[in-house]
Amino acid sequence: MSNVQIMTGNSAAAWGARLAKVQVVSAYPITPSTSVTETIANWVERGELKAEYVRVESEHSVMTVCVSASTVGARVFTSTSSHGLLYMHEQLHWAAGSRLPIVLCCINRGVGAPWSIFNDQQDSIAQRDTGWIQIYCRDNQEIIDSVIQAYRIAEEVYCPVMVCYDGFVLSHTMMPVDIPDAEEVCRFLPPYKPHTLLCAEEPRNINPVIFPWQRRDAEGVLRDGYMDMRWKLQHALEGSAAVIARTSRDFAERFGRDHGGLLWGYRTEDAELFIAAMGSIATEATTAADLLREQGVRAGVVGVRVYRPFPREEVRQAFRSAPAIIVFEKDISYGYEGALAADIKAALYGTGIAAPIHNFIAGLGGRDVKAHELAEAVRASLAAMAQGTRERQTWLNCVTE
Amino acid sequence: MPEKLFKVNKEEYILPGNRACSGCGLSLAYRYILKALRENTILTLPASCLTVLHGLYPITSVGIPCLNCTFASTAASASGIVAGLAAMNRTDTTVVAIAGDGGTFDIGIQALSGAAERGTDFIFVCYDNEGYMNTGTQRSSATPAGALTTTTPVLTKQQNKKDMMKIMEGHDIPYLATCSPSYPIDLYDKFVKAKRIKGTRYLQVATPCPPGWVFPPKDTVKIGRLAVETGIVVLYEIENGKFRFTGRSKTLAEKGTRAPVIQFIERQGRFRKMSMEQLGKFQRVVDGKWNEYLRRAET
Repeated sequence: MSNVQIMTGNSAAAWGARLAKVQVVSAYPITPSTSVTETIANWVERGELKAEYVRVESEHSVMTVCVSASTVGARVFTSTSSHGLLYMHEQLHWAAGSRLPIVLCCINRGVGAPWSIFNDQQDSIAQRDTGWIQIYCRDNQEIIDSVIQAYRIAEEVYCPVMVCYDGFVLSHTMMPVDIPDAEEVCRFLPPYKPHTLLCAEEPRNINPVIFPWQRRDAEGVLRDGYMDMRWKLQHALEGSAAVIARTSRDFAERFGRDHGGLLWGYRTEDAELFIAAMGSIATEATTAADLLREQGVRAGVVGVRVYRPFPREEVRQAFRSAPAIIVFEKDISYGYEGALAADIKAALYGTGIAAPIHNFIAGLGGRDVKAHELAEAVRASLAAMAQGTRERQTWLNCVTE
Repeated sequence: MPEKLFKVNKEEYILPGNRACSGCGLSLAYRYILKALRENTILTLPASCLTVLHGLYPITSVGIPCLNCTFASTAASASGIVAGLAAMNRTDTTVVAIAGDGGTFDIGIQALSGAAERGTDFIFVCYDNEGYMNTGTQRSSATPAGALTTTTPVLTKQQNKKDMMKIMEGHDIPYLATCSPSYPIDLYDKFVKAKRIKGTRYLQVATPCPPGWVFPPKDTVKIGRLAVETGIVVLYEIENGKFRFTGRSKTLAEKGTRAPVIQFIERQGRFRKMSMEQLGKFQRVVDGKWNEYLRRAET
């Protein structure tokens, strides 16, 4: 039986955590994420959600609370944005290094200086190498569904998951959302079983100093050195791709909604031009593709849903017949190019796919990106490609002189 | 007080072969701290000398479960353990955070203040060796004025030690105490008491450090005693706002005598560049605080 309500992206995220029956929530206010944890605080104080709610004094402490509560066996949740996520940076590494299945919603926002409260994806892209799985959502339905899926993925591969969605564009925009049935979610999501439990009965020293090389324990068994543990994290992240895809399929079978696993496509079958993007700008790109098709340009969209692990094989498959690729993204790796464009190019290396790839940096700090502007940008790029420009970086709607 | 020694828990929780320096004041204190805390305790600790004492993966010298955490996060880590245990309906376990003075007075103060303000049910222990000793004796806000450190290598530290006890008292917590490994029964009793109290409890242990303070390892207990005899370290507890001298400091307060601070200073290489002016100022600071404590004890 469906239960459709009109709600914001932040409400959808809170509902996802509620349905996942999170046991410990810790948070610190930051725009535009705040209403996620306000909503949860309300449920906890009213007794509608049985969880410990720790109102700490900083985001650094938020992630610390998540780490230690998860280590004693609790399912934990938090959300943040921008500088909050950056302030957690050290703890994000610690969480992944500890192999804890923490789920965090990153409500994407630009990063200072100067201050911006508005949307781009620089905050989560800057955390790319912390060892977290990153999922980028298109709409509010995908947010609630992805939070639920995130727990199953995280607890299966013992890696933390960041569910990212665009600030204000989704966080404060109301859309119809089908709230999954609580009992059905329980069946989809088995209880959390920690890989190493911190408890009073078993003396153990978790995350002590470790040497570069392997060492024997008291029983003479050779144990990992630092680098061996890092390889295991890399192996787990790479292996999580299959788990994410399977979880997405299982979810679709049970709840009737498929968000595409690692990657989704829109009108790509006969496309002569592929747009690639993540998050809400990818949604906008689907409208741009429709506009372009009305104007006689057969455009399609490839939405990268999971940015880490990077879906190398799926990207190769999606672009195998692409005559031209245009990447729109709301981040920049300063001194190089957009992170998504760079990763797509790297994934295509050695495959024989020789499509020209243009990269548009768009919407930084909340600058508006409209579908018709994306369509115009695509047409300009196609013209340049026809003139032989195979690579190009353009800052959309930006003064660049 | 040999008869009092018999009441101390016979169990040992620090095993032989730990990696503390010889003469480490922390290791002496830690042995009694763990004896007092006993089983059903979970520890959390940041990067510090104690991390080294706990040993290198996959072997540990400590028989109480421990979660290592990042430098700034000790009290938040304890908060997460407390919340997690509550969520698992395991509220009978004592959660203890232990950090050095750097991890308490400096980088850990925000998380500690937050946890104390929330009234988190845990014990925070600061072992105060008056500097960043694990990284090789750099200045901290707990380093006394006049001490040489590797970051005050020529002029000595110019500022007085931060009064962390006062800061923690400002959080209106039920129990605070100071201890010294040179007076193990006083230390033991305070930790036994702290374990029984609910809410945030803060204990500060003055731990002499032979390499950092530059004195022979055999003198650790003596240096710890001189710190108390001179009134530089004062043994006391504040329970529900009520101040009380304890142990040797109580005797000194009753007798009205204290040794001059020079007796503590002259035995340590770290003070070898202390000027007469700095020495005089140090004595006045110690006298001022001592008189403050006397007034509090009277009321």
